[in-house]
Formats: sequence, C-alpha cells, structure tokens
Amino acid sequence: MPFSKNQMDPDPPEDSPSNSTNSEGANAPQSPFPDEVLEKVLSFIDSHKDRSSVSLVRKDWYNAERWTRAKLFIGNCYAVSPEIVARRFPRIKSVILKGKPRFSDFNMLPRDWGANVHSWLVVFAKVYPFLEELRLKRMFVTDESLELLAKSFPGFKALSLLSCDGFSGNGLKAIVSHCRNLTELDIQDCVTEDFAGDWLSSFPENFASLEILNFASLNSEVSFDDLERLVSQCKSLRVLKVNESITLDLLQRLLMHASQLTELGTGSFSQELTPRQYEEIERAFSNCKNLQVLSGLWEASSLYLPLIYGACAGLTFLNLSDVALQSGEFAKLLAYCPNLRRLWVTDTVEDKGLEAVGSTCPLLEELRVFPADPYDRDQRDGVTEVGFLAVSRGCRKLHYVLYFCRRMTNAAVVTIVRNCPNFTHFRLCIMNPREPDYLTNGPMDEGFGAVAKTCTKLKRLSISGLLTDLTFEYIGKYAKNLETLSVAFAGSSDRGMQYVLEGCPKLRKLEIRDCPFGNAALLSGRGKYEMMRSLWMSSCAVTIKGCRLLAKEKPGLNVEVISEEENDESQADKVYVYRSVAGPRRDAPPFVITF
Amino acid sequence: MEKAAAVLENDDLKLRLGLPGTDEPEQQSSSSQVKNNKRSCAEMEIGSCQTGQEQESGAPATKAQVVGWPPVRSYRKNVLQQKRPESETGSGMFVKVSMDGAPYLRKIDLKFYKNYFDLLKALENMFKCTIGVYSEREGYNGSEYAPTYEDKDGDWMLVGDVPWEMFITSCKRLRIMKGSEARGLGCL
Repeated sequence: MPFSKNQMDPDPPEDSPSNSTNSEGANAPQSPFPDEVLEKVLSFIDSHKDRSSVSLVRKDWYNAERWTRAKLFIGNCYAVSPEIVARRFPRIKSVILKGKPRFSDFNMLPRDWGANVHSWLVVFAKVYPFLEELRLKRMFVTDESLELLAKSFPGFKALSLLSCDGFSGNGLKAIVSHCRNLTELDIQDCVTEDFAGDWLSSFPENFASLEILNFASLNSEVSFDDLERLVSQCKSLRVLKVNESITLDLLQRLLMHASQLTELGTGSFSQELTPRQYEEIERAFSNCKNLQVLSGLWEASSLYLPLIYGACAGLTFLNLSDVALQSGEFAKLLAYCPNLRRLWVTDTVEDKGLEAVGSTCPLLEELRVFPADPYDRDQRDGVTEVGFLAVSRGCRKLHYVLYFCRRMTNAAVVTIVRNCPNFTHFRLCIMNPREPDYLTNGPMDEGFGAVAKTCTKLKRLSISGLLTDLTFEYIGKYAKNLETLSVAFAGSSDRGMQYVLEGCPKLRKLEIRDCPFGNAALLSGRGKYEMMRSLWMSSCAVTIKGCRLLAKEKPGLNVEVISEEENDESQADKVYVYRSVAGPRRDAPPFVITF
Repeated sequence: MEKAAAVLENDDLKLRLGLPGTDEPEQQSSSSQVKNNKRSCAEMEIGSCQTGQEQESGAPATKAQVVGWPPVRSYRKNVLQQKRPESETGSGMFVKVSMDGAPYLRKIDLKFYKNYFDLLKALENMFKCTIGVYSEREGYNGSEYAPTYEDKDGDWMLVGDVPWEMFITSCKRLRIMKGSEARGLGCL
C-alpha cells in the first residue's frame, strides 16, 4: 500500500504515491484496463470514503480517481489547503467545506477565530470555473466572498450556508442577481445582524429555476410581491421555508402558487383571521398533497394548528422546535401525522406529550426535544425520564435521539436502550452540570454504560450528569463503532479520557469541556489524533506545556491553544488539535497560539 | 454567615466602604471573597455571574450561568417569550354567565365543552330555557333567548359567528339575552 492504512479525511499529499517505496512505482504491471475504462467505472463512485479507498490501490488508480472526482468533501478547512486541493483535483463541480469546531455554535469561540472561506474561493475561481455547488458549514463568509462567488462561476447552481456568519443582505443580493442558473439557496441557522430584506427583490425579472429556497433564519422583511412573483414563476419549487415576516394570509397566497411543495417552512402562525380567511388557509394547506417536511409555525397555538391538519397525512418530518406547544394541542396534531419518522419538539409538550408520541408514532426514527427556556433555573417543567421511556416503548425503530431534560435515572436509560437497542446517535443532555441519578443520588455511570454496551451500532454519543471514570471505561470497552463523543462536566481523573482513547478504534471527533483531564490524558492520545478529525478540550486541566509537547512530538498535527497567559504552567483554556497536511495555519488571530 | 448581632459593637456602626461581612481593620484586596455562599466566578467559565440572593448557609446559592451551557444554539429564541393568549396556559377558562331576569350569575368552564352545541345545551339546562338553533342569517330568531358574549375588545357579540376555538379565546363573559333585545341582535 502506498500509504499507511489510515483513511484520512483530508486527502493525502499529492506527491505521496510517486514517492512510495513499494513496488507500485514505475515498474508496476500494466493495468488490465485502459485509462478510459477505469475512469468511466470510477465516475460512478460518489462516496468520498470509497473514492479515498480507490485512490490508495495503485498509482494509476490514484490518477484515474483524481481526474474523475467531481465532488469534494473537506471536513476541516484547515486540514488541507486550497492549493493542495487544486493541484490534486482538476475537475471539481461540487464542494462541501466545514470550518469551526462544533462548540463555536455555543459561543465558545471569539468571532474572528477563522475559517474564512475567501482564500478557498480565490483558488476555486481560478481552477474550477465550472463549479456548481458550494455547501458551507461553520464558515466565516463575507459579502465580498459572496460577490466573488457570484461573479466567478457562470454555471453556479446551489449555495447552502449552515451555521455561517459574516455576511449581510448585500452578499445575497450579489448571488441572486448574478447566478442565472440558481436552483438552490439554503440559509440555515446563520447568525446575521441588520439584514436588509431587499436581496429577494434582486432576482432577475423572469427568474424561474429555483427549486429550493430557505430563508427562515434571516431576520428581515422581504417584499411580499417579489416573493409571490418568484414563487409563482418557479414551477419546480419543491422546498420553501420563509421567515417570520410572512404572515398566515400571505402564506396562503404563496401556497396557491406552490401546492407541489414537498418541504414547507411557514412564517408566523398567529394572526387574527376572519372565518373566511381561516377557511381559505385551511384549504390551501389541504391542497398541499406532497408535503413531507413541515417547520416554522412560530407562535402557533391550538387555535391555528388545525389549519395544517389537512397537509399532514404524508409528513415524515415535523419540526416544532420553534413553537411552544402544550401537550394537549400537540397530541391532537400528532393524530393527523401517521407517517412521522422525524420529530423535533420543545419540552413544553412535557412527558404527557411524549406519551402521545409513543402511542401514535410507531414509525418514528428520530426524536429531538429542545429546552424551551434553557437558562431558567427554577423551572420544574420540561420533560423527564418518564417521557423518554414512553417514547422508547412505543417507537421501537428509534435510532436517533437528542434529549434535553432536568432529571434522569440510570434505570430509565437501561430500560430505554433495552427497548431501542438500535441507537446510532444517543445525545442525552441533563441540563444541570453533574446532576446525579435523582432516585439513587449516585452517578449516571450505569445508564451510559448500558448505552455503550447495548447499542452496538452507536456512532455518536453525548453524555451528561454526574459521571465518574467508570462511564469512560464502559465506553472504551463497548463502544467499538463510536465516531463522535461529546463530554461535559464528567470524569474523575486522566484515566477517563485514556479509556476512550485506548478503546474506541473508530473515534473521529472528541469534544470535551470542564473535565479533570490533564496533560497525561492529552498526551496518551498522541498516536491516535492523526486518525481522527479533531480533538477539542476546554476548561480542563491541560497546560500550555502539555500542548507544546504534543505539537513537538507530532508534526502532522496542528495544536492550537486559546489561553489568557502563555507561560508553560498556565492552564490552556481552549485546546484544538487536528491533523493537517497544510501545516500550522497562517491566518490565526493573535489570541490563538499555534505551535 | 452573618450572625445576628446580639450586642452592637461600636465598630458596626461606623460608616465605611467595604462589602458587608468583610473585616474592617485588614486591608482587603479587591478580589477578596465575599462572605456569602455565592460560588466564585472562577469556578465556572465567566459568562455572567448572576447576583443571586444571599441565602442561609447550606442552601446552594444561585449558580452562575456557564458559557455555552446547555449546548443550544444561540440563535434559538426562548420560545416561551412568544406571545401566547393567557387562557391557553391556564387550567380552565371560567367565565360568568348571566341571564336576563335571573337573580344570580353562574360560572362555567369553556374548556369543558367541545363546540357550540354542547355549550348551548348546557346553558339551556342550567337556566331552564330554550335557546334554539343558530343560523348565520337569522341568529337565534324564533327563540325566546339569544346567547351573547363580551369579547376582548369589550363588544357584545352574538354567540356562534366565529369558529369555536376563536370564540373560547376571546370570550370574557356570557349573557343570555331575553326576547325583544335578542331579536334586535339577530336582525343585524
């Protein structure tokens, strides 16, 4: 094999295969296939993991693969550089690029930390004139970058921005006015301030190619007339998610033009309506026979929910995380949704609402319960282990859960995973740090141990509550398919982290905060981090010295520290370790120490 | 913890700068611990240290808010701050019911009924009267009584015009109107 067996996320250096020392060099036996055949065959392979494997077989396969790859997936923008990518892959049409570590979603990184997409676009503009799709996650995107994007790729079709920041309405204006072939504009969970709404009016007069439009998270009033015209002209529109500025009566008019929608995000769902308006809106929803996904519903209450009943028969994904429903109205709504596979709600539905989920949603595969008021300490409401148990009893196909609660017991978790052993994603957040099992007043070790042991397909785990090193021992011992682990306020000693580093062969992402893990734990993973995408540790017991040692031992890793002080003995507040073929980054702001 | 002083010493009456509970004679550095049970901010990542009420020792003080915890995205609004009609969150919707000529009022829980039919039947039972059938054009013409209600704006409306769900959220009180007055409403 030309390289080590590691399936690296960032692609290996372009010159590696020809420098290999084994027999697959200039004297390699002739390939049984001519290049054209090989390339044709490879053009059917989409998955980037498969392509990575293909590229490791032999040198001519490596070359055939690089010439036929059209889609680029870069899980960490700093693991590789745009120049390296451009040198290796000459014919890219679609790029997925991810930037900041996940904890930046929770305000744990300063704004100007990095992950600026601009340098990537500069290179792409030169090398990939036929670029059609760009999907960015947790990147910093300026208006200037969007303007460059808009003007550099005449065939550009799809832009998706997830959890990005840095841009304003002006940037979007450039995109919609220049990209004549735009089919997708999808803005999700982006932090934007002072967003002018006139970007929507910048679509050209006869524009008709849009298939996906999502501006639900943008804080701006758009011109309804322009929106209506756009929707009526785009006959292929299948996804429409508007923001709160669109009221119910306006939504009704949009639906009249777009009854073919498969995904709808409503605007504000509370308005004084005449009976006639009420009927018209009800009818408009009933006409949407193809709806599979529904979201938005801001401020909806029992008065207005019946409006959507007629559109729910085919729903597979219902996202109620933006509205505070009570258990009664929620249960009534569920009765109209027999085909639900994914459900997001807020904890205002309480255990009673989740009992209704258990009894009416047998096909449910994914459940997310968000806290309506995460910071209210005295609130006793929300959901508990009772609701989770009820869902596990009725929804045996459940494999993805994100559950925020204020109390939990080991016994409940053990039962839940016995009912639903097929969890691939188990994210349990007991909101009070170090909260014990409320019945035994002891640690939650056994509960999470049961998750690790019973759920053999477990890929992602988030743990919480009072936890000792025993939890990590269980995880290391049993969670052999685990890829992502999130830990907060847990563990008793370095051994905890070591168990996981030693025991989980498929671990790719490890994020830790407020745990008593120090330099010994950090350094014990020295052989592992290059096989992972990244490690995050904040408010732990690691010092600058430990980080410096790790960086020295492992040149293939970037070790970055954000800390108030720089001397060896001081605590490294935030540590971010990731493999990279691009070396330490050159755009690090002054508060980031790169070793 | 502050002990209730049985005897006030002279020192206690002296005006001075300093936090309550600190010893006066020593030069305290500005970062000295306050003698109460507030957990020091250094224990948690500093987002904002809520100034909780001072409590008796033993009871946990109001905890400081921890940055980035719980891990929910910052854009996610506090959905409870959304406007909700008050009656939605209450446990019942009790409204007064008066009937012309009756000596005293009654009270009913609107949430108890599923629709106008149920409500009107119940009122007929309660007041031993006949209210009759509602029609959009004629109101309750043909019957001796007509049910009316006062809405959020203070206007008196005929019961039955608006969808049931809308009615129960806007109804503040009910009045069963008699005869001649009722006819006047029905003809509007």
